[in-house]
Amino acid sequence: MQKYDYKEIFKSNLWTNNIVFAQMLALCPLLAVTSGATNGLGLGLITIGVMIFSSLLISLIRPLLTPQVRIPIFVLLIAALVTIADLVMNAWLHELHKVLGLFIPLIVTNCAILGRAESYASKNPWFPAVMDGLATGIGFTFALVILGGFREVIGSGTLFADASLLLGDSFSVMELTLLPEYRGMLLVVLPSGGFIMLGMLLAGKRLLDSYFKSPPPETSSHSACSID
Amino acid sequence: MSMNLDKMKQTLVYPALLMGSVSLLVCSLLLLTHNLTAQPIADRQREDLTKLMNQVLPSNAYDNQPLDQKYQEQIADKQFIFYRARKLGKVSAIILFTKTSGYSGDINMLVAIKENGELSGVRVLSHTETPGLGDDIELAKSDWILGFSGLSLGNPEPKGWAVKKDGGQFDAFTGATITPRAVVKGVYEILQLFKENKVFFLEIKDATPDTDTQKTL
Repeated sequence: MQKYDYKEIFKSNLWTNNIVFAQMLALCPLLAVTSGATNGLGLGLITIGVMIFSSLLISLIRPLLTPQVRIPIFVLLIAALVTIADLVMNAWLHELHKVLGLFIPLIVTNCAILGRAESYASKNPWFPAVMDGLATGIGFTFALVILGGFREVIGSGTLFADASLLLGDSFSVMELTLLPEYRGMLLVVLPSGGFIMLGMLLAGKRLLDSYFKSPPPETSSHSACSID
Repeated sequence: MSMNLDKMKQTLVYPALLMGSVSLLVCSLLLLTHNLTAQPIADRQREDLTKLMNQVLPSNAYDNQPLDQKYQEQIADKQFIFYRARKLGKVSAIILFTKTSGYSGDINMLVAIKENGELSGVRVLSHTETPGLGDDIELAKSDWILGFSGLSLGNPEPKGWAVKKDGGQFDAFTGATITPRAVVKGVYEILQLFKENKVFFLEIKDATPDTDTQKTL
């Protein structure tokens, strides 16, 4: 039986192959939601849930699939899961649903879920598939919170505003006003500012990666450049 | 078994059957979830509506359950949803959903008007105005919207029903005149509509305090 390196799965999905920062997928929900860190965290948490269930289901029905109809079946399952999540949250997590309600249908448009279903869950047993879904979801949440956090601090001078609405009153300590009397920077809150911030974060990730990577030995020729 | 399955997969009907059965499964799952959640969702929405109503109408203004009966009427070519608050059998106020065109799309509002034509309260329910500029119409961002309480068609005079820039009495926001202008206009129009249809809204002809008869236009 094939051994699965779960550490590698998490490392890959969180950093080296992050769905947003490396694969540049799922940008539509990302830019729409991340005007603040709280919204990003909320959408990220629901996405984790949907990804775990979609990976599990798709991995379980994997032997039955045929190449001709696999994509419609993935889409059908993901859309159904998101709708169920929407209804269940509306009924039993109503306050949270009021904050995030608008964004939940956006999860269907998240090509990251379909991407993982196609490239991982449909080819692996259920446990690694679930782990991969979890790791990808955490990687996506990480990107949402980082981008949302930067945009919120620069755009309105706060961090995790309204977090108590999302997570309950005990989390109100998370709500920080970093720049009191700050007039705000509208551009960063608007979608165009989201693109600009995303570009800066991508550049920052590149810088970090090249800083931590040991410099290539002098003798190596150009053809030895890795392409991963 | 797996040999059989592989053989079946080659047939033309297999993908169709697979697609069909997955669709059937998904539909039944959705139906089940819908049935389980329909009642809780309706309860939650009723709670939300009660909270909203309490914001725009003091509880001593009525003695019935205004939300028990929802009215949906066509008035002046527009569809309106409203509720009648009653006290001692007479309509004491109406709570009405309305919308006005803002800077970028509709601004949905809830307006409560007392039977004497005075505004009891106005709240913005949802809007797509520019964040940071036009969203001061939300109570969460500023108390501008509270300034409507107690006003009526004669108070202030008609020319006062405009933002200060247009010679009226309402403050505009820095960098956003269109949004408050739209809200002022929307509220003023609703007050006019109420005045013109007062007989209908207050069920004045309906002498007997009968809550069962629903008037239709």
